[in-house]
Amino acid sequence: MKFEKLVKGGLAAVMALSMAACSGSGSSADTSTPAANDGAATDAAAPAETTAAAGAFKLGLSGPLTGGASVYGQAVKNAAEIAVEEINAKGGVQFELTMEDDEHDAEKAVNAYNALKDWGMQISLLTVTSAPGAAVAQMYQDDSTFALTPSGSSLAVIYQDATNAANPYGNVFQMCFTDPNQGVASADYLSANPQLGSKVGIIYKNDDQYSIGIHDKFIAEAAEKGLEVVSDEAFMGEDNDFNVQITKAKDAGADILFLPIYYQPASTILKQANDMGYKPTVFGVDGMDGILSMEGFDTSLAEGVYLLTPFSADASDDLTKNFVAKYQEKFGETPNQFAADAYDCVYAIAQALEAAGCTSDMSNADLKDALVQQFTSMTFNGLTGTDVNWNTNGEVSKAPKAVVIENGVYVGAEG
Amino acid sequence: MKTNKNIFAKLFSREYRSRLISFLIIIVGYVAIELLMATGNLSSMFQSLLVPVTCYIVAALGLNLNVGVSGELNLGQAGFMCIGAFSGVCVSGALAGIIPNGIIRLLIAIVIGALLASLFGILIGVPVLKLQGDYLAIVTLAFGEIIKSLINNVYVGFDSNGFQFSFVENKLKLTPGGKALISGPMGATGTQRIATFTVGVILILAALAIIYNLIYSRSGRAIQACRDNRIAAESVGIHVANTKMLAFVVSAALAGAAGALYGLNYTTLIPSKFGFNLSILILVYVVLGGLGNMTGTIISTIVLVLLPELLRGLQDYRMIIYSVILILTMILSNNEKVKTFAAGLRKKLTGNRTKEAAADE
Repeated sequence: MKFEKLVKGGLAAVMALSMAACSGSGSSADTSTPAANDGAATDAAAPAETTAAAGAFKLGLSGPLTGGASVYGQAVKNAAEIAVEEINAKGGVQFELTMEDDEHDAEKAVNAYNALKDWGMQISLLTVTSAPGAAVAQMYQDDSTFALTPSGSSLAVIYQDATNAANPYGNVFQMCFTDPNQGVASADYLSANPQLGSKVGIIYKNDDQYSIGIHDKFIAEAAEKGLEVVSDEAFMGEDNDFNVQITKAKDAGADILFLPIYYQPASTILKQANDMGYKPTVFGVDGMDGILSMEGFDTSLAEGVYLLTPFSADASDDLTKNFVAKYQEKFGETPNQFAADAYDCVYAIAQALEAAGCTSDMSNADLKDALVQQFTSMTFNGLTGTDVNWNTNGEVSKAPKAVVIENGVYVGAEG
Repeated sequence: MKTNKNIFAKLFSREYRSRLISFLIIIVGYVAIELLMATGNLSSMFQSLLVPVTCYIVAALGLNLNVGVSGELNLGQAGFMCIGAFSGVCVSGALAGIIPNGIIRLLIAIVIGALLASLFGILIGVPVLKLQGDYLAIVTLAFGEIIKSLINNVYVGFDSNGFQFSFVENKLKLTPGGKALISGPMGATGTQRIATFTVGVILILAALAIIYNLIYSRSGRAIQACRDNRIAAESVGIHVANTKMLAFVVSAALAGAAGALYGLNYTTLIPSKFGFNLSILILVYVVLGGLGNMTGTIISTIVLVLLPELLRGLQDYRMIIYSVILILTMILSNNEKVKTFAAGLRKKLTGNRTKEAAADE
């Protein structure tokens, strides 16, 4: 009897051991993961066998490929693939690209970062979205890996102390404007173009960091530039009745309506303002990008809307035309600004690597030093801007492009 | 000699066996992982999963006490984790100047996270547990969402004058050297990562000790009596509301502790992480592991947290395969045929072994 119990107890130990074996098998399982990724990366990067040459740099990133924000992740993935394919075809610098899914979640982004690290990532496009980017930026610094994010726009992505914009990581750079800089750029644009109007009404979302960040900087910059803000109203959450806010702006005589918000609430505001017979000049930021492709929205309401976006797919320069055509041919849709930012990121890194004469057998830390040196001194011309340069904090400086919607398409605005 | 044998027999008796297994799994697993890490055989991806796995195990163990042992459905475990996480981050941030040692700060943060979460547990439990029916599920569901929105609008800073709070709008006026700990929808940023796997494992062992001691105590029997037959329990003089409260508050406290550990493992933490989905995910760990079965909860949590990461090689098909595996396990683990087969297999194995053992003797 006692022996039976002992044996049963022994079984317990066996089970425990099998668990240990389970965790042990983890390390063997993950050696196969990089191999699988390698294959996928080569498939993704180019149909031909030209990639994964001996001297290819391992370029990694994570972004939401599943879940609510997957539209952004997918756009970045597609554009980065096109860029890598083009650069590899040219000869010279070669890339091998791997993108891991982070589900727009900080915890998963850390896992994704470590999966990339196991794969042997040398240079990174960090993350597509801000919160995951902020979660991994510290790890990139600890491991001395260079990162250039296409669209992680929050200050927390490049600053350890985001509240005071202090202690920059130094190795993390942005291709997009930081949220606050969009506010500054908007105020600058409006003050430089007085023909649009002189009295500004603002409607923003005060439980969204993106909107608050732009709003606060806009107010500060507007005061400096002498722009008159006549009404400043907020909304929260999923509100969809903006009549109060619009009426206040209207009564205050605002002839510019500044909307530092995403396109869904903006579309409702446009509709309700129109119903009221109120026709100010509407000015939005990059969150407004997407309003024309929104389902069930009467795009005629968006006529004459100005928005600050780094990229418009209708631009007539060769670079944009070529990129848009390739993207449409390959993926059957028009690229958005996330795609354009990602495309520029890969080209900027390629340019910096070439200029610094880096080789793929250099250590991550050496690559980082060389790239930081290049990025803080070079200028770059891409889809999202010309004469783009970066400061030592990692913030980008490029001329903001304003577009105006005419006949349902973006047209570059004068000024 | 005889007493020794008796202790041995007692340890391996039916009552103790399940407890022993859970402790052994954790300890052996811990030693194995530490060995792998020391020899450099554990990939960085697995190392990054260690702390979150321990957090989820502790939260799931707590939930199993509430759902499995006490029989009350709780859909707000993520809300309690949220309280623990953000209070833990605040405590650790505020004490950073006073206590440089990360481990001590982590332990203080865990204790305060657990205390605050249990305080909220009491606040919810007092009115709700007096009612009969599924009210707790509804109220905890709402509670989780409320906590999430609340922290989405809270600004907390710490400077030489102590803590500063502001609501909806960021009105914090911090003196130089001050630090914003929680900034509304942006959550906590720039947190010092002080959580360690060892502390996580100790937390699991502590959680197991607390839960087993509770289950096999007089109060634990009372909790199970209330679950099985409320009227019978009342008739023998058990105060049902208070008894259920005990299980609920311990469950909340464990979630708070797990949250504090989780929060201090990442540089950024956003409140929207602790939504309804996370509560359901933890409930899935519990249901898959078996209601009231702590060992099962540990195993199912480990498997389900690791699975999506192990499937990374499948690229785009990852989440589809993950969901299919999840559905299959849920169906199969409750299938009568599979159960009978497993029971038969177990009987055969133990039967044979006992015979061999008997022959040896």
